[in-house]
Amino acid sequence: MGDWKTITVPVLSSDSKNIFHYTSEKKISPPSMNSQVLRLALPSSKSMHSFFSAFCTEENIEQSISYLNRELTTLGFPSIYAESKGQELNLISIINCMNELLVLQHKNLRAQEEVEMQHLKLGSDMDHLQNCYAKLKVQKLQNIISSRATQYNHDMKRKEREYNKLKERLHQLVMNKKDKKIAMEVLNYVGRADGKRGAWRTDKTEARNEEEMYKVLLSDYEQRQKQLLVENAELKKVLQQMKKEIILLLPPQKQKPKERSEDGPVLSDLEEDIGELNKENMWELSCETVREQLTNSIRKQWRMLKNHVEKLDNQVSRVHSGALNEKDVISREDHELETEKLELEIQQCKEMIKTQQQLLQQQLMSPCDDDTTLLLQDCYLLEERERLQEEWRLFREQKKNFEKERRSFTEAAIRLGLERKAFEEDRGTWLKQQFLSMSTDYKHSENVTTPSAFLGSCDQDNQLVKSTSQRKPPCMLSGPVSAEPCQTSQYITRNSAASKKPAGDSKPNQCVESDKEETE
Amino acid sequence: MNFSELFKLSGLLGRFSPDGKCLASCVQYRLVVRDASTLQILQLYTCLDQIQYIEWSSDSLFILCAMYKRGVVQVWSLEQPDWHCKIDEGSAGLVASCWSPDGRHILNTTEFHLRITVWSLCTKSVSYIKYPKACQQGIAFTKDGRYMAVAERRDCKDFVSIFVCSDWQLLRHFDTETQDLFGIEWAPNGCVLAAWDTCLEYKILLYSLDGRLLSTYRAYEWSLGIKSIAWSPSSQFLAIGSYDEKVRILNHVTWKKITEFEHPATVVSSKTIVYKEVEKSPSVETERLSFPPTRALASSLFSTQSKYDVSQVPVSLQHIKPVADRANPKMGIGMLAFSPDNCFLATKNDNIPNAVWIWDIQKLKLFVVLEQLCAVQSFQWDPRQPRLAVCTGNSKVYLWSPAGCVSVQVPMEGDFQIVSLAWHCSGDSVALLSKDNFCVCYLEREEVK
Repeated sequence: MGDWKTITVPVLSSDSKNIFHYTSEKKISPPSMNSQVLRLALPSSKSMHSFFSAFCTEENIEQSISYLNRELTTLGFPSIYAESKGQELNLISIINCMNELLVLQHKNLRAQEEVEMQHLKLGSDMDHLQNCYAKLKVQKLQNIISSRATQYNHDMKRKEREYNKLKERLHQLVMNKKDKKIAMEVLNYVGRADGKRGAWRTDKTEARNEEEMYKVLLSDYEQRQKQLLVENAELKKVLQQMKKEIILLLPPQKQKPKERSEDGPVLSDLEEDIGELNKENMWELSCETVREQLTNSIRKQWRMLKNHVEKLDNQVSRVHSGALNEKDVISREDHELETEKLELEIQQCKEMIKTQQQLLQQQLMSPCDDDTTLLLQDCYLLEERERLQEEWRLFREQKKNFEKERRSFTEAAIRLGLERKAFEEDRGTWLKQQFLSMSTDYKHSENVTTPSAFLGSCDQDNQLVKSTSQRKPPCMLSGPVSAEPCQTSQYITRNSAASKKPAGDSKPNQCVESDKEETE
Repeated sequence: MNFSELFKLSGLLGRFSPDGKCLASCVQYRLVVRDASTLQILQLYTCLDQIQYIEWSSDSLFILCAMYKRGVVQVWSLEQPDWHCKIDEGSAGLVASCWSPDGRHILNTTEFHLRITVWSLCTKSVSYIKYPKACQQGIAFTKDGRYMAVAERRDCKDFVSIFVCSDWQLLRHFDTETQDLFGIEWAPNGCVLAAWDTCLEYKILLYSLDGRLLSTYRAYEWSLGIKSIAWSPSSQFLAIGSYDEKVRILNHVTWKKITEFEHPATVVSSKTIVYKEVEKSPSVETERLSFPPTRALASSLFSTQSKYDVSQVPVSLQHIKPVADRANPKMGIGMLAFSPDNCFLATKNDNIPNAVWIWDIQKLKLFVVLEQLCAVQSFQWDPRQPRLAVCTGNSKVYLWSPAGCVSVQVPMEGDFQIVSLAWHCSGDSVALLSKDNFCVCYLEREEVK
């Protein structure tokens, strides 16, 4: 609530509006503070300048001073005039008033902060209390319900007892009346359903009834047990099958014992398990230990399978980065063979040339008939020359061919590399999805050993590269060859089988096709 | 599908005999026994008063007719129409009457549930069972007819007595931890007895045949509890329908809840098929119109045909909120029934009276929802195969099977509001009962497509 204070101020020229604004500002008096402390709203910094100039200007100094004096005196401050009616201003008084006003302002701000804080506290307290109240209300209602329920039960019981008494009374009356009407009229008695005579009720019959009842219960339990046994047996069979299949999935790794070094001890365990659990009727036992063994062995194998798959995954990702390794190996090998052959040929040719030269020398050196010797020499020379020319021609042809081959091979290799990259990407993602979705609660095993496993082949590759780069490469793989460790054993085995002969341009295509066949 | 003509009926008392040969129906004080396939009248019996209840004996040789007002039960023989038997309870009064499983004893419950009198048709002996409980299902027989469980109440406490039906010897007598026992039911294998408390308390107790408490199940406190229960035919599952619109399934191995089925007003699961009954206007060929119109034509003009459409999920069903201040509110699962092959469970949520929910028990999921135009009155499973017949108080009978569902208009003249159904034991025919009439619908083997 605000106290509106309007003050009559002498009308000034253009600044009257501003003054009026100022004086009629809302003055909030907090409920706790009943003093007439004015809360002066400080103008914002932007309007500060205009504000300060708005109140007092050149023209209305006297009026502003007298107005201020009036205000201050009403508030209890000493007058700012030197004397009561004079025009001179008491500077000391003014300064004191200003100081007082500032102090007052500080106090007010502090008070305001405190009030705000209290307000917040009260608000949060209110919320808390409301929550508590709601909970209490629920509890209260529950208590009411339970008390009403007990009261109701008590009343019901009372009424029921009364009712029972009435029933008893009625029953007695009914029975006492010896109502001849309560009777059964029947033409003739009917035989029993099962054709036998009725038996007296004796202790024997009682015992028999008990026996019958227990027989019924037992047969029911036996039936249920049989069902559960059948279910158990089926589940065990399924587990066994799963185990066998998992084992089947794993053995292909035995070809590369190096890579499977970490599974060495586990393999022996595997064999042990197989031996144990293939014992006759072992799986039919339903004792605790056999059950545990079975589940543990399945867990073990599952873990192995998971490791295997993760390894595959890693391999695939590595292959993806190093494209042509395997092909290079093969083709390099083949080309090496070729180059060796060619070198041999060259060697032979060289030797032949040497011997020819020697013979020529001898011929030249050895004296003989001029004509015939000359002729002979000429003939020899010609012959030789022709032969040499032919050989040179052959040599040159071969060289050209090799150059062609080399070019085509490099092109093919480049193409192959690109295709391979794409294919490996696909395969990697597909494998990842497949197998990582299957694995659930086993920890990710370390792949510390894997780099070591591939280090061997990595060295191999490096050696090959070195050897090929030394000689004149009729093999074309110097370009996109990377010395990264490579692929899966499957690739190596299959591709070595696939492409054996270096049959010119057909080779890279063959490799690519066999690759594609694998994926399909 | 063939329909017989309409016959008179009173009190919804139309029953097929257990052997399937005959059909018994009541018209006021007359008992009419017909042949089940030809509906020819085989026998006609006259009773002393208006018949309130009839029941076939288990060997289909006798029928009992109970007249509660007179306190008299009359038994008729089919083999010997001259044979008669009358049991007069006199001043003791009569509120309920039933056969024993061997078909030779009749159990009469006297007025105010003072006692149950066991009358024998073979001997002159009479047995009394004192302090029977006045509840919905106070007497339960095992499926093989060997044992009978009776709910009793003495000194404000509930008890269960198990009798051997062959000689009516008391086998076991034990108290139940219930506030107010509402009902008892044997499992189909006859080894477990389910006893449940009044709806003010959600509690169901499972007792073995020898009286041991096997398990107790409580789903929640304070709110209204169990409304209906059903055992699966194999005794594997116990379905409990409660007032909170849910069905909870307990399994027979651990007696713990394995799942709960909710019945929300909006069906959202995409795997559920929702069949909605829609009206289709009858097509009339204008050339065949004649004046004055024949009765058949008139009835066919004004009867509305309907068919089922498959609605796309999500489907929102008509939901009613019952008045909170009345007793026995129309909410919760009021009807539960397992199919005979154990594969399906049909339920009705009284909050959504127009729908029948069919659950696949093998997958424990909602399978089909049938949304009808009118409120579902009753549904019954075919005793041989998973086929459900539904009636909604109009003159149509609805059949559902996993192959599909069909809505068939009964070709009757006049009003025929079917409120109850009774299948023949072979599943080849079903009796459709209304307040005043009944007819029999004969189904061919490959009926529902």
